[in-house]
Amino acid sequence: MLLLIQYTLIFASVLLLVALGGCISEHSGVINLALEGIMVMGALGGALVMKFLPYTHATATVGDRLGMFGLVLLASIVVGVLYSMLLAFACINLKADQTIVGTALNMLGTALSTVIVKSMNTAMNPDDHSSEIKYIDSKKAFLTNIGKFELNWFMIVAVICLIVIFVLLYKTKFGLRLRACGEHPQAADSVGINVYKMRWAGVLISGLLGGIGGITYITAGVSTWKFENGVAGFGFLALAVMIFGAWDPFRIAGAALLFGLFRALGNVYNGFDFLVSLNIPSAVYNMLPYIVSLIVLAFTSKKSRAPKAEGIPYDKGQR
Amino acid sequence: MENQYAIEMLNITKRFPGIIANDNITLQLKKGEIHALLGENGAGKSTLMSVLFGLYQPEEGVIKKDGQVVQVRDPNDANRLGIGMVHQHFKLVECFSVLDNIILGVEPNTAGFLQKAEAREKVMKLSEQYGLHVDPDAIIEDITVGMQQRTEILKMLYRENEILIFDEPTAVLTPQEIEELMQIMKNLAAEGKSILFISHKLNEIMEVADRCSVLRKGKYIGTVDVCNTTKEELSRMMVGRDVEFVVHKDPAKPTDVVLDVNKMTVASKMHHNNAVKDVSFKVRRGEIVCIAGIDGNGQTELVYGITGLEPIKSGKVEMLGVDITKAPIRKRSVMGMSHIPEDRHKHGLVLDYSLENNLVLQRYFEPEFTNAAGFLRKKNIRSYAERLIEKFDVRSGQGPITMARSMSGGNQQKAIVAREIDKDPELLIAVQPTRGLDVGAIEYIHKQIVAHRDEGKAVLLVSLELEEVMSLSDRILVMYEGELVGELDPKKTTVEELGLYMAGAKRSEVSY
Amino acid sequence: MNERRSLLRNDGLQTFVCSIICIILGLIIGYLALLVINAEGAFEAIVNVIKNFFKYPSGDARMKYFGSTLAKTAPLIMCSLSILFAYKVGLFNIGAAGQYCLGVAAGLYCAIILGLPWYVCLIVGIVFGAVSGAICGILRSFCNVNVVISGIMLNWISLYATNLLLKPAMDPTGKDTFRLVRKAPEAILPTLGMDKLFSNNQYVTIAIPIAIIMAIIVWIVLDKTKFGYELKATGNNLNAAKYCGMKENRNIILTMVIAGGLAGMGGALYYLSDIVQWNVNSSSVPGMGFNGIAAAFLGGLNPIGCIFSSYFITHITVGGGNVDLSHYCAQIADFISAVIIYLCGFVLFFKLFINSRMDKAEEKKIEKRKALAAKENKEGGNE
Repeated sequence: MLLLIQYTLIFASVLLLVALGGCISEHSGVINLALEGIMVMGALGGALVMKFLPYTHATATVGDRLGMFGLVLLASIVVGVLYSMLLAFACINLKADQTIVGTALNMLGTALSTVIVKSMNTAMNPDDHSSEIKYIDSKKAFLTNIGKFELNWFMIVAVICLIVIFVLLYKTKFGLRLRACGEHPQAADSVGINVYKMRWAGVLISGLLGGIGGITYITAGVSTWKFENGVAGFGFLALAVMIFGAWDPFRIAGAALLFGLFRALGNVYNGFDFLVSLNIPSAVYNMLPYIVSLIVLAFTSKKSRAPKAEGIPYDKGQR
Repeated sequence: MENQYAIEMLNITKRFPGIIANDNITLQLKKGEIHALLGENGAGKSTLMSVLFGLYQPEEGVIKKDGQVVQVRDPNDANRLGIGMVHQHFKLVECFSVLDNIILGVEPNTAGFLQKAEAREKVMKLSEQYGLHVDPDAIIEDITVGMQQRTEILKMLYRENEILIFDEPTAVLTPQEIEELMQIMKNLAAEGKSILFISHKLNEIMEVADRCSVLRKGKYIGTVDVCNTTKEELSRMMVGRDVEFVVHKDPAKPTDVVLDVNKMTVASKMHHNNAVKDVSFKVRRGEIVCIAGIDGNGQTELVYGITGLEPIKSGKVEMLGVDITKAPIRKRSVMGMSHIPEDRHKHGLVLDYSLENNLVLQRYFEPEFTNAAGFLRKKNIRSYAERLIEKFDVRSGQGPITMARSMSGGNQQKAIVAREIDKDPELLIAVQPTRGLDVGAIEYIHKQIVAHRDEGKAVLLVSLELEEVMSLSDRILVMYEGELVGELDPKKTTVEELGLYMAGAKRSEVSY
Repeated sequence: MNERRSLLRNDGLQTFVCSIICIILGLIIGYLALLVINAEGAFEAIVNVIKNFFKYPSGDARMKYFGSTLAKTAPLIMCSLSILFAYKVGLFNIGAAGQYCLGVAAGLYCAIILGLPWYVCLIVGIVFGAVSGAICGILRSFCNVNVVISGIMLNWISLYATNLLLKPAMDPTGKDTFRLVRKAPEAILPTLGMDKLFSNNQYVTIAIPIAIIMAIIVWIVLDKTKFGYELKATGNNLNAAKYCGMKENRNIILTMVIAGGLAGMGGALYYLSDIVQWNVNSSSVPGMGFNGIAAAFLGGLNPIGCIFSSYFITHITVGGGNVDLSHYCAQIADFISAVIIYLCGFVLFFKLFINSRMDKAEEKKIEKRKALAAKENKEGGNE
């Protein structure tokens, strides 16, 4: 049971972080379909730090652990933000089709990270052609055991991000302007707001959150990651969470918990006797979060509260 | 002597390819006055305002603020000069509160965090001072159009603008709201604000304005003191006396009813009021019935209701004795309804289709163009297109295979007219069929419409051009704020009288 | 105007040029990536990627590997057609990957478990894909669900469903399904003697001509029929389609059914050639559906263009396997494909840019001529 809660919380943290990223990007008016790719790249950034930063958990001080954690976080943020620039440039400045560019970046994310990891592994050991990175020991740096419950520090990061994003969106000048750009860019422009700048900001922040989400995902429950697999559609699940959460940070948090639970069931259903006795194949548990999200979308999309101008490139010439 | 003008636009000339939108126009706004700017659609009012806001640079002329020549390069310059505008289509974020909309762009903050308390206080004070009565915490989409407009006014006041421009502010308001707006404008002027009031509703101008400048066809006609003039004189200045195009046609011989609209009501997408309210009329064979009126009085929605593009809220539509209230569009079309749409790019054409493919848009499924197996008969489409192009003189770069997008507006319109008239419809609905066309093309399209009537078919014309209304129609129905407010015989009425009806200053019974 | 229009104005040519530019840029960026990984062998590696089977010295081996490349092209053509078809109606069928999976699942299930002949397997594969497409279409039409998101969800559902369905067909000696040769030889697509042309490559089956024929059919449907006329009108201008009485919801669902069927057919064709087996523990959605996006856009959204672009992408993907694995990895080809799609996103912008430049140049020319004519007139009047 405790394990289920633990997995639910960690997957919910991932979904929450990424969905918040999607949310802020859409509030600025850009549909960020590249979250999947951004997650992969963010994960790669963090994983590389974990691999190369010397660290031995048995002898590590609190300072070492904090340093490790900070650098991992920083690396995934930097990579995520840099990668999201590709989306911002194409969609905002060149007014390219947001769907095509998003899809291309998802494919690019997986391909690029695989190429990087494989060639790195091969360079270090000519017989190693895998796309895996192992970080068993380094990962322990940001795990704290409270009784039997294993607290991943990224859960805390997710909660902090939730609060920060909420405050940013609804309590600051920046948030007000950002949301105006996603709802009615002409109105924003008419009061002297630079719509392009705001949208860039929205996409970059979503890159930041997507990057953290990526590193959180690959440290959830596992200690090695095969980059060929990407992040298993989690970027898109996060978009479903965002739609279900009606573009509102706290509702997104609720939706993330729900989806996290379904995802966690796939990992830990073995621990529940009555679930095992039902004799349901594991593939069904794997499908569960996607099926649930499809059903939820079918019922919630009709009266969607999406930002009105999302997905429409803003052209200053058209007033 | 102290300068008495808040803002002056002197000898402004703005040309576009092929047209002079503003021809030597002078507009001087005194401090503390309400100055009306009167003109028909296309008279050059919006171009003049775009010049004032720096969206266009005039070829000639200068803008002066308090007697000093100023440069206005973009809307931000205009904002800095203290010029604010209530646009016809509000620039409000619908899911924001009133307060958020007001402070957007000039947010009071400490270190980036919003400090709404002081803003709220200021808004409340302003709202009190000018009698605006707006709840700062209401969400825009929940409040009435009148309240939304007051939010726009508060936006200007919050920014301490001195020159307030109202662009057709009463178009979307109810009579009570209009009454209140008039009072608000008077209050604002009394507090020293200078107001420019763009309108073509004579009653309102007479009630509220101190002076009135009139534009017609891009030219400056004159400025008069409202207290020394009459509605009739303003109307004459607005429309001019001369009807330039004369359409030669025999008297109408109306026979059977083709279209019967009974108590039709259509909801509006723009505001909470109904766009069409309880409208009833009939169109018979052999007559051209024209719906006249100023833009935005429900004509668009009326046509959507008749053609089936929007469902109607209540009422009934019959065509040739058959109830088509809920019939699909295709059925109406096959029954003999043709529709020359108001917006040729939105509805009329598939811009990335070739001319020939656009010409068969209403008929592609007929056996002449599609064989039993579902294949298009391209040869027939080509020869049909060539025939129409020849007959209606549609000019284009590469004939039938020209992309519709690359054609000139006039020829795009001709292509639509050709397609719709050649269907030989029982009922032709033509919405602004000559918008944006040159004289030759207008004359041609008018002839086609009259010829269609003479073949014993019914025509429903919707037009904003008074001259077109007067010269083309056999019967005029005037639409004002979603209602039919008058039925006129073009031979017995005058442009001035029509103008009074259109401006809501006169009303009479409509036969059904 | 009687003036001959500049050749550059031709839309087809513009698309072709843009695609070539995308390919060249993609290859250059791929080369740069190889340079970064290991500068020494980079040139050889990129040449290997481009050469693919041409690297074999003997003609026989070349033909054999050419045949295999073609066999792998067939499903990609189908996936790109699926994406292209939906895109013509303004829908982005990212769910092609899942529809492809279901095609595989249904095809192999019918073949190995039920022992049905190849044509039945193929048809069931098409139906499964079509049903999956229909779900997307219905969700879009009646529930307003974005097809991209529902497509992705269905991709993962389809992947796990395929694993589940094919588990009983697993060869106990590995993780893959049985080879059809061993368990269901009558389910293997016939070769019609084409294998002889390609040095007895038994994987060269009717899948290849079928894919090409499907491309031609899609082209005919879109270009020559009433149905295609309606679909493209709906995709180009929904309002105009409504105005002239087309049923837009029906068209959207039908489009997704066809798109799904095409992708499902691709999956069935590929796996019924017996060239590959399904790994029943797969944990990622096959890339075929996503590469289809690249092929569709690279082919200029033209069904016939898709044949060539699909071939090109398969060619470099297979070629990617030829790089010196002690330094590089095969995914460099995926990387190049992804870069190419990213660049394809700009094609519209490039075209607009080119056209507006040409418009301006033309306008200037006309104005000049006018001015000249006016001048001549004046002079003529003076004389």
